[in-house]
Amino acid sequence: MTVGLFIPCYVNQFYPSAAIATLQLLQKLGVKVVYPPRQTCCGQPMANSGFEHLTQECNNLFLENFAEFDYIVAPSASCVLHVKDHLHSTEDPAKAERVRSKTYELVEFLTDVLKVDKLAARFPHKVGIHQSCHGLRGLHLAQMSELNAAPFSKPVRLLHMVDGLELVTLERPDECCGFGGTFCVAEEAVSVKMGKDRVSDHLRHGAEYITSVDLSCLMHMEGILQRNKSAVKAVHIAEILNATR
Amino acid sequence: MEKVEKDHAALAEEFIKDEERVDWHDGALWWIRQKRDMAAKNIPEWEALREAASQIKNNVLSNLHDYLLEFEANVTKNGIKVHWAADAEEHNAIVYSILKEKGIEQMVKSKSMLTEECHLNEYLIERGIDVINSDLGEYIQQLDNEPPSHIVLPCIHKRKEEIGEIFHEHLGTEKGVSDPTTLTRFARRHLRNVFVTRRAALTGVNFAVAATGEYVVCTNEGNADMGAHLSEVQIASMGIEKIIPQKKHLGIFLRLLARSATGQPITIYSSHFKKPREGQEMHLILVDMGRSRQLGRPDFRDSLKCIRCGSCMNTCPVYRKSGGLSYHNTVAGPIGAILAPNLDMRKHADLPFASTLCGSCSNVCPVKINIHEQLYKWRQVIVQEGYAANTKVLGIKAMAWTLSSPTSYSTIGKAGRWVLNNIPFAVNNKFNPWYRQRDMPDSPKESFGEWYAKNEKK
Repeated sequence: MTVGLFIPCYVNQFYPSAAIATLQLLQKLGVKVVYPPRQTCCGQPMANSGFEHLTQECNNLFLENFAEFDYIVAPSASCVLHVKDHLHSTEDPAKAERVRSKTYELVEFLTDVLKVDKLAARFPHKVGIHQSCHGLRGLHLAQMSELNAAPFSKPVRLLHMVDGLELVTLERPDECCGFGGTFCVAEEAVSVKMGKDRVSDHLRHGAEYITSVDLSCLMHMEGILQRNKSAVKAVHIAEILNATR
Repeated sequence: MEKVEKDHAALAEEFIKDEERVDWHDGALWWIRQKRDMAAKNIPEWEALREAASQIKNNVLSNLHDYLLEFEANVTKNGIKVHWAADAEEHNAIVYSILKEKGIEQMVKSKSMLTEECHLNEYLIERGIDVINSDLGEYIQQLDNEPPSHIVLPCIHKRKEEIGEIFHEHLGTEKGVSDPTTLTRFARRHLRNVFVTRRAALTGVNFAVAATGEYVVCTNEGNADMGAHLSEVQIASMGIEKIIPQKKHLGIFLRLLARSATGQPITIYSSHFKKPREGQEMHLILVDMGRSRQLGRPDFRDSLKCIRCGSCMNTCPVYRKSGGLSYHNTVAGPIGAILAPNLDMRKHADLPFASTLCGSCSNVCPVKINIHEQLYKWRQVIVQEGYAANTKVLGIKAMAWTLSSPTSYSTIGKAGRWVLNNIPFAVNNKFNPWYRQRDMPDSPKESFGEWYAKNEKK
């Protein structure tokens, strides 16, 4: 099995440590991972802004880079959801469909494909988990509070395998942080207010770290934490699952 | 088409300036969302009920023509006079002509978002008719000359002290009185007098049963009943999508409506109206107002399933933090944002963007409208129809160009990181809306791609 590593554009530029952790974690679990160097972006920023018609080049690049792999894995629920919902090809629709169906978010890949049941990880801290909306309601990585259905959480299951980690309980476990792609600048006031409220739920419950399957949410909350000189850090779940200190 | 002066982002920014109010508004609606969760989780078959309701509405929308004719025939048989209105103007003119014929100059009205959409009150007031909204929240909004900010809780954005002030100014209560019970009692006394003196009453319609020609009006205050029972002329205004096929389907919708709206098992009053009592006249106005146009848009058709419970507003974090009036449309929140562009695309071009697409609305919706997917689709339509700002079009085009080429992407990425590391003030300034209240991300020396090329590539 060969996995094509999909590192979204902003993760590549701003959060290489999360990408490195994703790569190392998969390698530790015995997976052969290849990073196709000519990748850029899934096209979501354009599509969510109403410009899906400008994403064909990104789609073509994605197909060119990833079509050959058995699985495509990315440390970002939001980008994976975009690929799954909207990746298309006018020339070869079947190829696009194949790629869509074998693209996985990291946590989903660990629990559903690799069926990981133990990890050699240690992270002795109090951690708050931010359920990214696209992971929660889009990829259904956990049960949303809106539905009358049995609870489960794939990220929490993995975090429970980490030695020394203590999860904090939040008042609103699945509230949106307000990032929302270009929403974060187009609706700056609402976005920041949502982010502040999201962060304060974690702070009130004693989190030392806020983690998530989506770096975009974390980038937004990290920006707010840093502006307020908070000691609390945002960290991608791959870095926790790969931590050994 | 009309253009609004301030868009959602600007109106929201004004609302958010009073952070204490936002926290209170957010908390009040979240409390209702929690009550809804408890009510929904007490019913084991909740998800099956949602599915059933959604499918019944599918059937209705697919056969709307037939159901409307069946309904009209039965309503007429019951002795109620049926009117058809294509738009607001026709609807308002019908109401006015009914009142004029009877020489009535005063009317009492229970909650009806449709008449808000039609701006009925303004229309009648201009023609010398006095209209009083009898739903307490709407009454308060009317006194304050503001539209409702929420379809179920019209004045949820107002604090009790503000309401006390409004009552003092308009109804002569003592200054400084803000106790809700005292104010409610005062309003009730005032409204009782309205009910017994008005000869005409208008109500909305929650559900219209095609097979029996009756309609159901749900309120918690009993105000619709009081108005309707005491009046000599009773008018009901309904959107053509309010039809349900048979009486047996009501059980499903009534169980879903109140639980979704407020967490109550059922509204206090779910009143059936079928035929006029002796000496009374009943009129029913079936209003299109863009609904048949929306029915013809396959991507947006399902928005017509809405039963106006408001649960998508209560759950929406954007609505909770920005307030209903920031949506500058009768129906605010997520559902309003997918209904409004159908009515006037230019005026409401901003609304589908007033969302993070978090998806909570679709999953809380009792009739399973895929609201967040429709928001995404409206964005595509609005851009394609040319309603996006030029600056945005240029920005996104530049972004698409950069991301379409691996070379330009890595060059620009590297340049961006260099700027953040070496001349941060070029980015960290007031022209950058990210930076206003948030720090920019730390900028690493090398990208993952660069690291990988050095360390991993064999």
